Order: sequence, then structure tokens, then C-alpha cells
Amino acid sequence: MLPPYVPILILGGAALSFALITLLASSLLGKPRPTPAKSAIYECGVPAVGTARERFPIKFYLVCMIFILLDVDAAFLYPWALIFRELGMFGFIEMLVFVGLLGGGFVYAWKTGALDW
Amino acid sequence: MSGLSDHWAGLSPVAQQFWIAVLKVAVIFNVLLGLFSFMTYAERRLLAFMQFRLGPNRTGPFGVLQPIADGIKLFFKEEVIPEGANRWVFVAAPAVAVVAAFLSIAVVPYGGPGLFQIADLEVGILYLFAISSLGVYAIVMAGWAANNKFTMLGGLRSAAQMFSYELALGLSWVGLIMLAGSFRIQDIVTAQKGGLGLLNWFCVVQFPAFIVYLIAATAEVNRTPFDLPEAETELVAGFHTEYSSMRFALLQMAEYVNMITVAAVGTSLFLGGWLSPLPLLPDSPLWFFVKFGLLLFFFIWLRGTLPRFRYDQLMHFGWKVLVPVATLWILVTAGLVTAGVPGFRR
Repeated sequence: MLPPYVPILILGGAALSFALITLLASSLLGKPRPTPAKSAIYECGVPAVGTARERFPIKFYLVCMIFILLDVDAAFLYPWALIFRELGMFGFIEMLVFVGLLGGGFVYAWKTGALDW
Repeated sequence: MSGLSDHWAGLSPVAQQFWIAVLKVAVIFNVLLGLFSFMTYAERRLLAFMQFRLGPNRTGPFGVLQPIADGIKLFFKEEVIPEGANRWVFVAAPAVAVVAAFLSIAVVPYGGPGLFQIADLEVGILYLFAISSLGVYAIVMAGWAANNKFTMLGGLRSAAQMFSYELALGLSWVGLIMLAGSFRIQDIVTAQKGGLGLLNWFCVVQFPAFIVYLIAATAEVNRTPFDLPEAETELVAGFHTEYSSMRFALLQMAEYVNMITVAAVGTSLFLGGWLSPLPLLPDSPLWFFVKFGLLLFFFIWLRGTLPRFRYDQLMHFGWKVLVPVATLWILVTAGLVTAGVPGFRR
């Protein structure tokens, strides 16, 4: 039996080689002829000021962290949903407790303004 | 010809399966490429009609050769790498985007078990959940590498947006797993089979989850009204401002393939995949393509209809509406299944 992941690897390989061949062909066909004006960073026509690698708002980090927490929880819900029927009432109450704890954290994040933009 | 069939019979079963897989990948890959170029044409044309314009209609009959003309033009365009950019990351981002976009289509079944799927994984839905988050790497890489403030902001926005909506996307699938009792996409499709035809589909039984999926999926693939990462009016073109030539085309392609994937996944999970909508008609892959086409049209229609969200509205909506609704619906589904309500029992 062929392992089921081999076709996925073949598809990934096909996509990667397609991308690489396209990039190569394009760089051979359209030769870059850089001039200072052409390779300047686009900033609506005026000369660029400073660099783009600056500090950015902390909100993005907050969203990231909340996402990781809740995403791991979503991943926990998957196996539970799979065997939910066999667990019966016990599984249902367990999950209510789990989602309740999770909801507590979510409400805390909401109230402290971590979800406000 | 007989030499070939003799050679084929002489191969071991694993080798035969390998070559069948290669053939399937070749067919599906080319169909996707064709569909991508057709979608670029169809979208421009349909949007034009919705806005009382004509759209591209000069290249070939009704302008259908427009994608080919665009492709040739983009191949011969000059490649510009802006000064101060990180060359390797800048060039790698489009390739990453394309690979990530193509990978998720592998588990979507467009017909019954067997030939009509690249890989029938037992953990199909987990695989989708995992791969769907890969696309954000390419966008962040593209946004960061160009050393441009617009692309940087576009990349960051896109990352935050995809995080927020991916959560709702993942949660909208939990109810389906409960009802189907399986991670395998093929099982989820067959779980929607029943005497009532389309009333058995999960878009009816799991209606709130279906709505959450549609909204989250639109946001996940950065389509209007959630196309904030490339909001032209504020960010020029967002994360791909500095891209030109085929690199730009590859990023566009990844975007369209993502839209195609999201439509195909939605068809399988919520619209009954290859099942027939009426009880008496036979199931066939044709049904898959009909529903899939309707969903694709729906995405274009949305773009022609709705204005763009503001960024704070978008984040609020994702976190304060979609995530709670999806979570509550999981609990409701769990309660209904435990209580043994008809339709939730199977």
C-alpha cells in the first residue's frame, strides 16, 4: 500500500518545481536593467524617508498570543468531537467545563481591552 | 501499446499506485492552472458586467484569450528588486505562496472514493486546518522583505486578519466532525447523504457554522469585503506593492488558488460535495463542479456588491462576533447530539 502522504508530496513537488521554473524563466526573459529611480522604494513618488523595518504596534503581538492560546484549544476540541458519541453525557459535561474555563479567559481578554483595536 | 500494458502488469502494486498518483496530480494540477487563468478572466468580466462595463473583450472571442496575453506580457516584464530589500526572502515569498496554496486541494474529494481525490487522509480535516495557516508565511515574508512601509503594513495586517479568522474557520468545522464522527473528508461528505437530498446537507443542519465558514473563508483568502491587506485606497497594493513580472503573477495565482480551495472545501464540507441535491437523481462528480462553480461565483458577486470593512471593524467582527458564535454553536450541537434530536443523531 502506498503511504497516503506520498501523493501530497508529489503535489507539493509539482507546485514547487512549477514556481521555480516560472521564476527562472521570467528572470531569463525579462532582464533587470536597474536605474536608481527604478529601484527606489515606492512611496507615492516622493523620496522614501527612513526604513520600513521600524517598530510596529503592540496590538499585533497581543492578537498573535491570544490566537495561539485559542487555536491550541480549537485543536483540543477536534479529537473530543471525534469520539463525542462514545463519551456520552460525561464528555458533554467535561467539554462544558473546558469551554467554560476557556470562555473565562476570553472574557478576561475582552474586558481588559486586548481585543479592542 | 501492448508492450506498455505488459510493462504495467509487471509493476508491483505500490509502483502502480505511485504512477496513478503521479497521473492524478498531473491532471489536477493542470486543471487548477487552467481554472486559475479562467478565473482571472471570469472575475474581470463578471465584475465589469455588474458595474455596467464590458471588461476585457478584445483578445480572442469574447476576450477569453486575455489570461494568455497577460501571462506572456508578465513573463517578459522586467524584474525589479527594490533597494534595501532582502533579496532571498523577496524572491522566495511567491514560491512559498504557490506551494502552500496548492497543498490544501489534495484532500478535497470531487467524486466517490477511489480515483477522485489525490489523498484520502484519515486526518483530512486536521490537515486542512494545518495547511490553511501556511499561506500567511508567504504574505508576511513578502511584506517584510520589500523594505517598503506599505508592504510592511499590508503584511502585518494580513497576518493579524488571517489569525483572527482562522480560529473561527477551525471552530466552524467542529460540529461537522461531531455529526460525521470522522476526520476523513470523504466520510464527512457521505455523512450528508440521506432521504431528503439537499435538506440533509450540513449547510442546513449546521446553518450557523456554514455562515461562519463562508465569512471566515472570505477573510482567510483576503477577498472583498475583507481585502484589507491590499486595500488600494490606503496601502497602494499592500504586501505585493513592490512585486513585478512573474513574481507578482505567482502571488496572484496563490490568491486565486486559495479561493478555489476554499470554495472546494466548502462544497465538500457543507454543500454535500458530489452528492445529488434531489433524492432521485444519481450522485456524480458533476454535482461537485456545479456547487463549486456557484460558490466561486458567489465570491465574485460579493466583490461586486460589498464595500471594504474598516480595519477595526474587521478585527472586532472576527473576535467579538464570529468566535463566540462558532463556540456557542459547538455547544448547541453537542447538546442536541447528546439529547438525541433527530437530524443530529445519525
